[in-house]
Amino acid sequence: MTKKAFNPDVDAPEWKGGYHPYDIIKEGSIAIAVILVLTLVLAIVFGSPDEKAITIKTWSNAAPLDFANTALEELNGTSTTAAYGAPYNTASTGQQLGPLQLAKWVGVRIPINAANDFVISPLKSLPNQPTLDQQLATWSSATTATKNSWLTSYGKAKVKFSGGQVVANTTSAGPLPVIINDLTQMARSGALDQALVTGHGFYTTDYTKPLLFLSDSEYLAGLATNQHLTGDQWGMMNETGNYPGQSWLWLYTFWYQIPPFKTSANADVLVWGLMMLLSVVLLLVPFIPGLRSVPRKLKLYRLIWREHYQETE
Amino acid sequence: MSTSEIERQWTTRLRHRVEGKLPPEKMLPDTQPNYVSSWIYVFGVATMSALFVVIATGCVLAIRGPQWWHGSAYGHFINSLHLWSVEIFFFAMVVHLWGKFAMAAWRGGRALTWMTGVITFLASVATAFTGYVSQSNFDSQWISTQAKDGINATGAGAYFNVLNLGQMLMWHIVLLPLAAVVLTALHIVLVRIKGVVPPFEENPVVENAEVSQ
Repeated sequence: MTKKAFNPDVDAPEWKGGYHPYDIIKEGSIAIAVILVLTLVLAIVFGSPDEKAITIKTWSNAAPLDFANTALEELNGTSTTAAYGAPYNTASTGQQLGPLQLAKWVGVRIPINAANDFVISPLKSLPNQPTLDQQLATWSSATTATKNSWLTSYGKAKVKFSGGQVVANTTSAGPLPVIINDLTQMARSGALDQALVTGHGFYTTDYTKPLLFLSDSEYLAGLATNQHLTGDQWGMMNETGNYPGQSWLWLYTFWYQIPPFKTSANADVLVWGLMMLLSVVLLLVPFIPGLRSVPRKLKLYRLIWREHYQETE
Repeated sequence: MSTSEIERQWTTRLRHRVEGKLPPEKMLPDTQPNYVSSWIYVFGVATMSALFVVIATGCVLAIRGPQWWHGSAYGHFINSLHLWSVEIFFFAMVVHLWGKFAMAAWRGGRALTWMTGVITFLASVATAFTGYVSQSNFDSQWISTQAKDGINATGAGAYFNVLNLGQMLMWHIVLLPLAAVVLTALHIVLVRIKGVVPPFEENPVVENAEVSQ
């Protein structure tokens, strides 16, 4: 038999003291009953939030100019989605964890062509639109330089929403005034909501495209700010209304509030990397010298086992 | 069939192993060491009880499908029960976790018990997160579109698409709860096999004693 020195942070002394009666089934039954009652009381008193989902129709009717501007950004490649990188496209290298370009290495697995998927394809699906079809054909056959010229002209033009129409004060934006106005009309009718989710056929449960398009808008961000949900408002752990939300994500959300994460272009991957590291540390606490001694040195255990220590001292 | 042949059977050997590691008096004990006398011990069983309520209310929500609770007062109430049981579950679990940290509950060959507990906590965080993005309301729209950036940055977003409602719902109601329940069961079995960790022995003579391996 080999012997090793007793390590108080690894080994536990054999219990040679007394035992008391313990009814595990009774304890479990009482616990379930108490938790059930507590849950019932909290549910009755506080309920739960259920803020209705935003649709493209809601957005384009509430903020038609924001919608039109977002559509322009999808076309000129400046929207968040259009410039995202992997897994949607190759427009950017994405975030880096030191030398590691994790997203780029995995590559484009959920292909999104913002201009085509959010603007051109939905418009092409509209039936009996000869003027629009002609403008779309003009757009498709134009060179990249010409498209950029039209996009720049439209971007510089004064755009207003008048008489239910998006009107751009320019004559040098090619087919864009028609394209953007017609997409806005399509959105305001509700047809764009359907067009964006039908990519996989009749049945679908994948809302990637409409959610990406919505998240490119200022409208969604504005609603979230009003509901204290943005990143600098500890948003990831909150939910609408006065509810605790995912308070267990406090540490994850905390890192976004402080430098260097707060100002880093690689904040997401840095925070995720840090949280993964901390999770592994928590998992391996029993094997990490120093860290596994913290409880013994903290002496909080004396509070937990105070009756035991009172009896033995 | 000879006795030795029966003894060599996989089934017989497994039964003997289970009987040796976890006899009925350990699985369902009727006594506890005297040091098990603190409110902190309540939070382990409270976590399990809350998990029971979470699963029960989730099953009721599943019966009528993911959209039902938006248009039914009864469904909304079941959703409220589901939400608050989750909040209680996490509160109890976190107190349980830090209580066990304060006790250094991994001592005496209980490292695997600690580790299954930590993995259960992480699996539960993922389960709750997929629930939040599967609500099909404004909260799920906002949380999913924000969370995608973190997950995409790790490369995992290519396979775990938080904007895909169907995928998130499947993870929330099948894969992750299954993992959480199996891990919880394993954690409890380990607690029963090893028993509750004894207090630190503060007598320096005993601390310096040698232990058999």
